[in-house]
Order: sequence, then structure tokens, then C-alpha cells
Amino acid sequence: MMDKARGLTLDHLTLSKGTETLLSVDAHVAPGDVLSVMGPSGSGKSTLLSALIGTLAPAFAMQGRILLDGEDLAGKPPEARRIGLLFQDAMLFPHLSVGENLAFGLSPDVRGRVARRQVVEEGLIEIGLEGFAPRDPATLSGGQRARVALMRTLLARPRALLLDEPFSRLDTDRRASIRSLVLERARKERLPVILVTHDEADAQAAGGRVVRIGQE
Amino acid sequence: MSARRGLRFVPALTLLALVGPVAAGLIGTLLPAFGYLPAAGLTDWGLAAFAELGAWPGLPASVRLSLTTGLIATALSLAIVTLALAGWQGTPAFRWIERSLSPLLSVPHAAAAFGIAFLIAPSGWVVRLFSPWATGWERPPDLLILQDPAGISLIVGLVAKEVPFLLLMSLAALGQTEASRSLLAARTLGYGRVAGWLVTVFPQVYRQIRLPVFVVLVFSMSVVDVAIILGPNTPNTLSVQIVRWMGDPDLALRLRAAAAAMLQLALVFGGLLAWRIGEWAFARIARRILVRGRRGCMLDRTRGLSAGAILLIAVALFAGIAGLALWSFAGFWSYPNALPDMLILRSWMRHGPELLGPLGSTALIAGLAAGIALVLTIGCLEAEHRHGVRMRRAGAFLLYLPLLIPQTAFLPGLQTLMLSAGLQSGLWPVVLAHVVFVLPYVFLSLADPFRAWDTRLDIAARSMGTSADGVLWRVRLPMLLAPLLTALAVGLAVSVGQYLPTLLVGGGRVQTLTTEAVALASGGDRRAIGIYGLAQTLAALLPFAAAVLVPRLVWRNRRGMRHDG
Repeated sequence: MMDKARGLTLDHLTLSKGTETLLSVDAHVAPGDVLSVMGPSGSGKSTLLSALIGTLAPAFAMQGRILLDGEDLAGKPPEARRIGLLFQDAMLFPHLSVGENLAFGLSPDVRGRVARRQVVEEGLIEIGLEGFAPRDPATLSGGQRARVALMRTLLARPRALLLDEPFSRLDTDRRASIRSLVLERARKERLPVILVTHDEADAQAAGGRVVRIGQE
Repeated sequence: MSARRGLRFVPALTLLALVGPVAAGLIGTLLPAFGYLPAAGLTDWGLAAFAELGAWPGLPASVRLSLTTGLIATALSLAIVTLALAGWQGTPAFRWIERSLSPLLSVPHAAAAFGIAFLIAPSGWVVRLFSPWATGWERPPDLLILQDPAGISLIVGLVAKEVPFLLLMSLAALGQTEASRSLLAARTLGYGRVAGWLVTVFPQVYRQIRLPVFVVLVFSMSVVDVAIILGPNTPNTLSVQIVRWMGDPDLALRLRAAAAAMLQLALVFGGLLAWRIGEWAFARIARRILVRGRRGCMLDRTRGLSAGAILLIAVALFAGIAGLALWSFAGFWSYPNALPDMLILRSWMRHGPELLGPLGSTALIAGLAAGIALVLTIGCLEAEHRHGVRMRRAGAFLLYLPLLIPQTAFLPGLQTLMLSAGLQSGLWPVVLAHVVFVLPYVFLSLADPFRAWDTRLDIAARSMGTSADGVLWRVRLPMLLAPLLTALAVGLAVSVGQYLPTLLVGGGRVQTLTTEAVALASGGDRRAIGIYGLAQTLAALLPFAAAVLVPRLVWRNRRGMRHDG
């Protein structure tokens, strides 16, 4: 029962637009587990994501509940939910250096300039980018950017992780290695993960339950 | 063939139309500032004019006013726009803000200033609404609200007009950034809406609106018509004083005016430099705060403030125009009644006939200036399309150049040059002076839709044997009807609102709705001001209404053309 409370729960979640039901999901994602949501484009994947993040447009209606560690997220703005999000592209802020991007993500609970800089540097070492702090994000390769984005999200100390097709823009060589890095880190941090993808290989690699939406 | 080759020279001609008058005007100001004005028989080079200017007792206050009103109005406008965007961009409420402010952009500065003056004057609407029940004022209070010595009402008037401008420029810039996704990235990291927007989106937007912000700064530091209506007159701002000296029958005072114009130019450069330093300092401080990772969620409390400021501006501008309209029909209107005791047509019957002359010359000048600007713009853009003669960064900067040099620094010089060359002031010089200020806005308005046109249609038409000119006239321009009319309307509105070019280059002999309205400022005949202000507003607004309606009528049976209506 305790274990049931921790993690991300989609409790009889139904999303609809007008009279049309887009999708229904009922699932519990325990810490360290992955739920893969698969479906073709236009199947309502992005609507599900916005419901989870808290940016659902007024045109959509949501029934059921979204619980994070037992707490109902209804009505909470994105910044209060502490759900980390990895985008299709890395979404690094182009006007900040790599190190500043990470410091931007790093939780304010880490105090003091020296301490914060050290955590950022350690984060960079962990993703194999030691000494990259002063670099312009635009000079990084796609794989490097993806790793920085992952570390930026983790440094904010999220309670859950959403992956919005974060591997789809990477070339096949890097894809597998980034994917396993992300999934490994999430497991290590005991984060419940929801992976939205249209790629069968992603879902298989994730290893968890697979929910298919938008199918005839 | 020759027409096609001629197109190559249009960009150069356009730059000449923009830069020529500015350069000539600056030279024409520089020479008399150092004592050389042969038209008045003055040929002694020297610094006497500057010495005289320095001896003018009003100078320190006048200079301080120009600096403070300009910098404060610009900073305040930018702050309101930034906080409103940070708090509301992408929300349904924001679309409402956008829709209510866009038509206000075209309201001429003088009309907006008169409207605000009617609101905040001691016997204005605001005092009337609260008197005597709340204030106890049985008669208009003896307060110096308008034209206060600190220039506060001038700042209010400037902010009300510059906020819509900066907001629309920012919205255009936002289209080129991934604003909503950047904001989402910041929010999922735990940042508040306002703080997240400021840190992630603002730097990208500001980079693109920097030149418009500079334009606002230069304009606010050197504006004449708004300062005559709302600004202090003990002493005036430096720009107003320059115009007063220029209008003096004593030609020797022109030397002092020219010296003051040079000082004005230096002041504006100083203001721009101060702004740049401010930018740099701001960015440095922001970076230091940012790496601390504070989520700044309490900044979201500014959302109410920014929405309130925008609402206040929209209401003030609308109510100001309504006030102009009401005064124009007002019979006896006793204090403290909120409405006139009766509405009559007498003012219109008295001033209506004399309105026709200025109305005609306003329409003629605006039509010619906007028409010339539109033809040059189309020529430049088509040359870019056919020959790749593209305006690069330097070109974009030159486009803004006339807006970055204070009008009071080079228009007096143009007048002096014309005088020295024995040229008659009249319609055409005024039209060409208007083109200098109209062209940048027409170009900025048309460039994006023109460049976004699907060039595969060009290839399709050419492959069927249509000439390049044929494609332009029969395919491209008809398809771009809506943006062309919008650009034309922008040009007309800018021209209608021009005060100083008409006054100085026209040598005081060309009378438009704007020059007549501003001339009424000192008289205080509210009914006449109401009529001229309203006529000026309508002259600027009606073309926009036509620009929206005409394409809808023309393309009513073409669904594929409706999106840009």
C-alpha cells in the first residue's frame, strides 16, 4: 500500500474534446518504473502530456485524477508539480552557457556560489562532458545537448520524469546510448517515468508496461 | 528590359530617399551652429551660437527634462510591455490585450496627448467623476497637473503611446522565437511564469526589439508635439525650445536654434549610450541572480499589476478619444458634470468649413508620401527577389536611421538649407520629408509577408511563359493585397501624425490637421481641439478599417485567401 502511494498514478484518466473521447488511461507507475505510451501522431499523446504538466488547453476536458506520490495535481501550475520534462529537442537556452543552463536547473536548495558550481561540474562529469561549462550550447552535438538537457532536468530534483520522444531526433548510433543513459539515471533516482513515443524500439528498451492509444 | 534593369537601382534610390534628407539636414544644422548662415548675411565662423545657448538661463532645466522624460518614459514602457508579456503571453486574456491595443497604435500622438490632457486636467473627466462627492472640489482645483514642471504628464502621455508600439513589435519578434516551449521548459524546472519568461524568452525577444526600443528612446527624448501639449513650459523641453527659436522672425535666433539642435543630437547619443550601459549592467546582474537558481515564483504577483497597467492605458486612450468627440459636440458643459449639459452641432458648423483645407492637404501629403514609400518598398523587395540585392544588417540599420536621429536635429537644417538655396517651401518638400519617416514603417510592415510569399508560385507562373513583371503584377501583388493595404494604411497613419516635418519643411505655410491641432494647444478652446483631434484620429484610423474590409470583399469567394484578411 505504501508502495502504491509513491509514484505517478493516472487514476481512470480520460481526456476528451467536446463529445469526442481522445484517450483513457488507468495506470500506476512506481518509482523507477517506466510506462510507455505509444501511438501515431495526432493520437492525443501531446494532450496527455499537457494534462500531466498542467498546461491543458481550455478546449479539452479531463476526468479522473493524476496523483504524484499520493498527492492530487489538479489545479496546480506546471512549476508546482515538479515533473521534469525532456523535449524532442534539448531546448537548451541559447543565450546561456552550458554551465549556466545547468545552474538554471539546479535546485535553489543548493546554496552558495562555490557549492553550486561544484554540483554543476560534477553533473557535467557524470554525463561525460567535463569542462564544458563555459561552452555555447550551439556548439554541442545532438547527443551532447540531449545529455545536458537530461542533467538540467535531474538537477531540478523532479519527483517524476516525462519523456516526449526525446530520442527521435538523434541518429541511430547515439540513440541507443542516450536512451540507456536516461533510463538508467531515472531508475537510479527512483523516478517514475512516462515515455511518449511512436517508436517500438524505445518502448521495448524501456522494458515497462506499454499503453497504446489512438488505435482503431 | 530597361524596366527590369531599373529595378536594380531601386534599393539605392530608397536609401537615398532615407539618408539624403537626414544627411543634408544635419549639414544644414551644423553650419549655422558654427555661425555660417549666408541667407541671413551671417558668415562669421565661431562658437558664438553655443556661447549664447549656454547663457540661456533655461538650459540646465531644459536639458534635464529631455533626458529624464525620455529615459523614464522608455524604461517604463519597456517594463510594462515586458511584464505584461511575461505574465500573460499565450493566455486567452492576452489575445484580448492584443486586440484592444492594436487599433490604438495608429492614433496620432497629438490626438492621444490631447485626449489624455482632457482626462487628467483639473477640470478633466477624472476629477469630474470624483468631484465633489469624493474630493470636495466644488470648482476645478488649482493644481498644475498638465504641463507640470517635472514632466510627469508628458511621461504619462509618452508611455500610453509607446506601450502599444513596443507590444506589437515584441509580438512580431515573438513569432520568431520558441517562446511557449522555452517557457514550458523553465516552468517544468520549477520556475514561476513571470520569472521563467524573463530569463528564457526576454533575452531572445529583446535582441530583436532593440532597435525599436532605441527608436522609442530617441523619440521620447526629442518629441515636439506631445511636449507642447503635455510638457512643461517653464522652461520647455529642449526640442520645443528649438522649434520656438526656429519660428522666431529674428533670423539670428536660428543660429542659437542650430546650436541647440546639435546639443539635442549629442543628448540623444548620450541617452543611447546610457541605455547601452544600462543593458550591459542589467544583463550582468541578471546572470548572477540566475545561476543561484531561485525560482522567483513570487514575481507572478506582478501579473495583476501589468494587466492593470495595460488596461489603464487602453481605457485612457479610448476615453481620451471619446472625450475629444464629446467636446466637439458639447454645448455648455458645467463643472463637475460628467457629461455636457447638451450636445449641439454648433462647433462643427463653425469649424467644419475651415477643416476642409487642412483635411485636403493632409490627405494629399499622406497619399503621396505613403504611395511613394510603398512603390519604393515593393521595388526593393522585388529587386531582392529577382537579383538577390538583399538589405543586410547594415541595410536594416539604415532603415531605422531616420528614426534614430532626433527630428529636431536635422529638420531645422533642412529648412535652413532650403532657405539658403532659395528653394520654395511647399507641398513637395513636405511630401519628401514625410517619406523619410513613412518609408521605414511601410517597409517593416510589408517585408515579412512579401518574403514569406511562396516562390513556387513564381516558378509555376514563369514555367507557363509569364514574364517576371507579369508574375509581379498578376500573381504576387494581387495575392499580397491585404498586407499591401495594411502597409499603405500604416504609411498613411504615420504621415497623418507628422508634426515637425510639416511645420519646418513647409515653412509654416503647409497646414495639416496635425499642425492646426497642435497650434490650438495654447489657446485652450476645447471644442476646436476636440474637432481637430477627432478628425486627425479618423484620418489615421479609417485607412486601417479599409485595409481590413477591402480584401474581405475582393476575396469573398476565395477561401484560400482568407487567412491573411
